Amino acid sequence: MATWLVRRVAASLAIVFAVVTFTFLLLHLAPGEPFLPSGDTPIDPAVVARLRHQFGLDQSLPLQYAKYLGALAHGQLGESFALHRPVADALGDAIPNTLVLVGTALVLELLLGLAFGVYQAARARRLPDVALGYATLFLNSVPTFWLGLLLLLVFGEALRWFPVGGVVDPVVHASLPWAGRTADRLWHLALPALTLGCVGAAGTARYERAAMLEVINQDYVRTARAKGLPERRVVLVHALRNALLPLVTLFGLSFPFLLTGAVLVEWVFAWPGMGKLTAEAIFRRDYPVVLAAATSASTMVVLGSLLADVLYAIADPRIRVHGE
Amino acid sequence: MNLRATLALLGALALALFVVGEARRHAAATPARRRFFRHRPAAWGLFVLSFFVTLAIAAPWVAPYGPSVTLEIVTLKNQPPSLLHPLGTDLYSRDVWSRLVYGSRVSLSIGALAMLVAVTVGAVVGAVAGYVRRWVDTALMRLVDVGLAVPRIFLMLMAIALWQRLPLALFVLLIGLTGWFGTSRLVRAEVLTLRERDFVAAARGLGAGPARIILRHVLPNVAAPIIVSAALGIGNVMLLEAGLSFLGIGVPPPLPSWGNMIADGAAQLATAPWTTLFPGLAIALVVMALNAVGDALRDALDPRREAEWDTDGATL
Amino acid sequence: MTELLLRVRDLRTYFVTEQGRGTARAVDGVSFDLHAGETLGIVGESGCGKTVTSLSLLRLIPEPPGHILPGSFIELEGRNLLTLAPKALRAIRGNEMAMIFQEPMTSLNPVFTVGDQIAEAAIVHQGLSRRAARARAIEMLKLVGLPDPETRVDHYPHQLSGGMRQRVMIAMALVCGPKVLIADEPTTALDVTIQAQILELLNRLQDELGMAVILITHDLGIVAGTVDRVLVMYAGQVVESAPTPELFARPLHPYTEGLLASVPRLDTPHPRRRLHSIPGQVPAATAWPAGCRFHPRCPYAWDRCTVEEPPLLDAGKGEPASHVVRCWLLAEPARRTRQP
Ligand SMILES: Nc1ncnc2c1ncn2[C@@H]1O[C@H](COP(=O)(O)OP(=O)(O)O)[C@@H](O)[C@H]1O
Ligand SMILES: [Mg+2]
Repeated sequence: MATWLVRRVAASLAIVFAVVTFTFLLLHLAPGEPFLPSGDTPIDPAVVARLRHQFGLDQSLPLQYAKYLGALAHGQLGESFALHRPVADALGDAIPNTLVLVGTALVLELLLGLAFGVYQAARARRLPDVALGYATLFLNSVPTFWLGLLLLLVFGEALRWFPVGGVVDPVVHASLPWAGRTADRLWHLALPALTLGCVGAAGTARYERAAMLEVINQDYVRTARAKGLPERRVVLVHALRNALLPLVTLFGLSFPFLLTGAVLVEWVFAWPGMGKLTAEAIFRRDYPVVLAAATSASTMVVLGSLLADVLYAIADPRIRVHGE
Repeated sequence: MNLRATLALLGALALALFVVGEARRHAAATPARRRFFRHRPAAWGLFVLSFFVTLAIAAPWVAPYGPSVTLEIVTLKNQPPSLLHPLGTDLYSRDVWSRLVYGSRVSLSIGALAMLVAVTVGAVVGAVAGYVRRWVDTALMRLVDVGLAVPRIFLMLMAIALWQRLPLALFVLLIGLTGWFGTSRLVRAEVLTLRERDFVAAARGLGAGPARIILRHVLPNVAAPIIVSAALGIGNVMLLEAGLSFLGIGVPPPLPSWGNMIADGAAQLATAPWTTLFPGLAIALVVMALNAVGDALRDALDPRREAEWDTDGATL
Repeated sequence: MTELLLRVRDLRTYFVTEQGRGTARAVDGVSFDLHAGETLGIVGESGCGKTVTSLSLLRLIPEPPGHILPGSFIELEGRNLLTLAPKALRAIRGNEMAMIFQEPMTSLNPVFTVGDQIAEAAIVHQGLSRRAARARAIEMLKLVGLPDPETRVDHYPHQLSGGMRQRVMIAMALVCGPKVLIADEPTTALDVTIQAQILELLNRLQDELGMAVILITHDLGIVAGTVDRVLVMYAGQVVESAPTPELFARPLHPYTEGLLASVPRLDTPHPRRRLHSIPGQVPAATAWPAGCRFHPRCPYAWDRCTVEEPPLLDAGKGEPASHVVRCWLLAEPARRTRQP
């Protein structure tokens, strides 16, 4: 188990390192040129040269790479071309917002998905299952940002139950007491998290339904019934414990989807996270921000899948004892 | 809506119904087809797909107006749905239904073409890795690990950031090139089990080279997982295209794609919600249909799952 | 005769299969009695309905697709199990009537320790505390002869061999001291040497604990020394039933004859005779043959057998219904001449 863990962590680090190298090469070898005029306005070549020098782009590639890695090791991600501040600072402001959004969505996704999946399996092929089957198929297929726009339209614009964007109310937030500030944050979080969580929950429900149905036909479930256990215990203890294992894997797999969704949902709800930062950086042709954001997102994905593997090893005694 | 467009729409619906009917009529022929239609949503998905493909092909007949025709910029902007404009008009007084119909061409072809690229690359990489093994396999699969680690939208964002104005063809190619990682893993796994089988050994014994063996003997036998992942993948591509177009870095206006139609509409969400609602609904319908058909194909093409289906939902 | 425990009459369990393939009449009119302390053997080839019979006794048939037909009757000590409320039924399962399954590899839950799985029934049925139940589980593991029970109790199923897992299954079934133990091919999935050990264990436990046992097997050789009475099943029906010595001495149904001929026996004069097996195979439960269900495979069959289904005929000498056979040969004994 210990050696397995060490190997697994090493592999994760290697992947992150590869991503870093890849983004570096993309920045420096790709056909694009960061300081070329983006519109028709000409820029003085001397200005371009000065900027290139200022950002170190005129040095040799290996040297730049070494410097880049060195800076990275100190948590520095370079200077933003457009924001006039270190990329690390900009990301440092944005990432917590994204994590709150993604984390809440993840909890919603797992809880709702699990509840609906188990419920559907218990009513398999009867009306509630069929109806929920179509509902989850639909939710699993809608563009996340479109669902966000609909929720925004209904609950934000029409009913005015929730704010239409931002993390906090810019006017009153600072003057609120502690509890009020928390409520204000949750109030702003509700729609974006629900958008992201609902789409994920639909997928999780479909997955968990299939997992439950597979488990429920296993011999050991029959054994549990033969023991005279109440049906609740058979389903919620004997079957569910086994049907939770694939969910752990799904948890690892859902990070890329959640981060992708977050980019768009943040855009819809003006949520100042990584996604919004990146999308804005694209319009400003602010490469260091785009690359750093992509690298951070990948790191989160890698960490997520590492965490899922460790959780799986803990949850499944067959792996726990023997290692891999 | 004029008479020609109405008739053409009815024709498209009839054709889609006909396709599903024909497919069902021949459904009892093989166990695979029976398994396909045992999925309730499968027939429905087939209908939706046939309908939208017909729309895309017959766009000039089905659409009452051209995709970028501005009708009357002052009086006809942001009109709600009516008999004349069944899905309303947008900010520039363009007919939303016409744009939706022409948009199906763009969105569906991007989905199909990008998926074609992804599946081709994925199949070849997977086949080579699984067949040649050794360091080639290791190198390719580590590459896949890295590719899977970067969320696809960030890969696209990085790539797009490097071009000033991304040509549409390159955009499609890029979507394809960022979407083959999963397929290659799938194909590699199948190839690894296949390559030890007798007929492959026999072909090798007869002196066939690796390229020939992969193309003639291995790939046809991994067709099933490839087809399934392609069906599901087109949906993902369409969602990705829509997302990027929504951010304004996908299909450039005025060419209508369902994604940039949503982007256009989002600005007057409160005043003209139909400009946002309908293109999103179209995406949802098609992706839903692709998911339904993909799920059904998975069961149809994998006989090992038959037993599961017979008892599926039997207890509890 | 000792006290009557279990009375089964005209048990019919059918499965509605997926579109077009019809109804599987897996168990089609089975009747028998089980007395306290008795051992009943149910024998028949694979697909004859033995497992479905035993699952029906505990009402463990998955519904749908399966259902037990009205008119069937299963009575445990005077209680009709087919009309019992779910709660009362659960109080019987694993407590008064317990079951061991054919597949020890898949019948234990992989994510719980064997100790927890054994203790569970004792907690549910007898209200034991967790600590007491654990002690009980260790005791049971000792009883079924698992070496080092104090350690094994915390092991997960995948850490045990097939034979040990079957011992755990037995411990789990016996933890509440049931009156009836149903063992469905408990040794089929095991190595030959382990088979003998498990059978010996079952024998010893029955002697010690005095419960009634239904031992299901496809191998007549296994029941010879162990069971009091044998029920031969074919195509969802009982085709012959007799006390074990009587059955071995005087098999009347051609199917029983066939099964006996395929058992290697030490006491026959020609031990080296080639093992004989019955030609053909059990048909699908959706398409039992008309007339006598065995006739397509029967060496004696004549036209009557193809159209007329034989009832269970009494062949008993002395006690009525002690030896019954479902075969027209009983009505026309002269036909018992082997076809060339
Ligand atoms: N869940 C089920 N659905 C349909 N048919 C079944 C099911 N379970 C058992 N059967 C059918 O019932 C018949 C008897 O099966 P079984 O009792 O398992 O035989 P045995 O235990 O004697 O080998 C078989 O033909 C089998 O196909
Ligand atoms: Mg059986």
